[in-house]
Amino acid sequence: MTSSNYLKRRELVSALLARREGTLVVPGLGSPTWDCFAAGGSPEYLYSWGGMGLAVPTALGVALAQPGRRVLALTGDGEMMMGLGSLAVVGAQAPENLGILILDNESFGETGRQAGLTGIRADLVAMASGAGIAKTLAVTRMDQIDALADLMFHQAGPTFATAKIALTDEPWALPEKDGAVIARQFRGAIEAGVLAE
Amino acid sequence: MMRDPGSMTPHDWSQDVFDAMKARGIGTVATVPDGGLTRLLKLCEADGETRIVTLTTEEEGIGITSGLWLGGQRGMIAMQSSGVGNCINALGYAATLRAPCLMLVTMRGQWGEFNPWQVPMGQATRTVMEAMGVKCFAVDQATAVGETFAAAADLAFNGNFSAAVLIGQRVIGVKGFGR
Repeated sequence: MTSSNYLKRRELVSALLARREGTLVVPGLGSPTWDCFAAGGSPEYLYSWGGMGLAVPTALGVALAQPGRRVLALTGDGEMMMGLGSLAVVGAQAPENLGILILDNESFGETGRQAGLTGIRADLVAMASGAGIAKTLAVTRMDQIDALADLMFHQAGPTFATAKIALTDEPWALPEKDGAVIARQFRGAIEAGVLAE
Repeated sequence: MMRDPGSMTPHDWSQDVFDAMKARGIGTVATVPDGGLTRLLKLCEADGETRIVTLTTEEEGIGITSGLWLGGQRGMIAMQSSGVGNCINALGYAATLRAPCLMLVTMRGQWGEFNPWQVPMGQATRTVMEAMGVKCFAVDQATAVGETFAAAADLAFNGNFSAAVLIGQRVIGVKGFGR
């Protein structure tokens, strides 16, 4: 596959989030956070500007605490590789309400496009399977979007997918960066969801 | 191991911690286990209501307890002092979110340590935590562990701080490696 065939990250994230139906989203630091904000923004997104490696653990905590809500961890390949062990923790806890999607551009895009490990031999789908996450999907085409949304938002989890995306420069889309404000809004959105039931 | 005055029975600080957890609704313990945590983890297992989340590395616990708090639940991390070194950057994550982060740390490399490989991190544990803004409560008497843990938990959850109880090697006993 040549670079020009890779998915457009903003188009993919926007199409996926349009199908989320109230799913809480924990994006990883940097580009996945910008992608979520660019797609429209929501207090149900826990924007992140730091804590590399913690997107999946944080999403796991939310999923365990809120078994009635679907939760999506949406992060990059470098961020996932830093927290790889957390896939085994997810495999052990086996939350039915957690989906994990890796936006995989095989690069450290945020820091100068240095080559990442998933472009060499590391296979995140195989690693997730090996960690005990049974339902996985490798996405390479936009016509897989409905299958991806079904896996992330509807099938009994934990579920895991990678989407091979192009290494691109997107327009800046920077959300709130005060963590206390982000956390308060996210907690408020969860409480509002509980009250609405 | 510390014994109650006039008694040959070691004081059961693990039970005190467990009781304080239950009284405060702390329902999850994220852990990379340590020998000194064995009894507490057994109490949690036997409880049937307390969730144990076994980690691959301790910093995962900071993401998990932050996520639990975001979702309206209380968790804590239980680890050996060597694990504190794995947590440094993640401690900044909890602090920036203003998520409470309660840690129970069993110390190594401290009181009569047999294994020199434990000494550098054990000696630096408190300094490292305080550099990251964690409120540290060291305790060297088994009878004081429970109340110290309760005080640290209340500080953490009432004010959204990171707080750690450092249980001294004098309380836990020195690992002898068969000698």
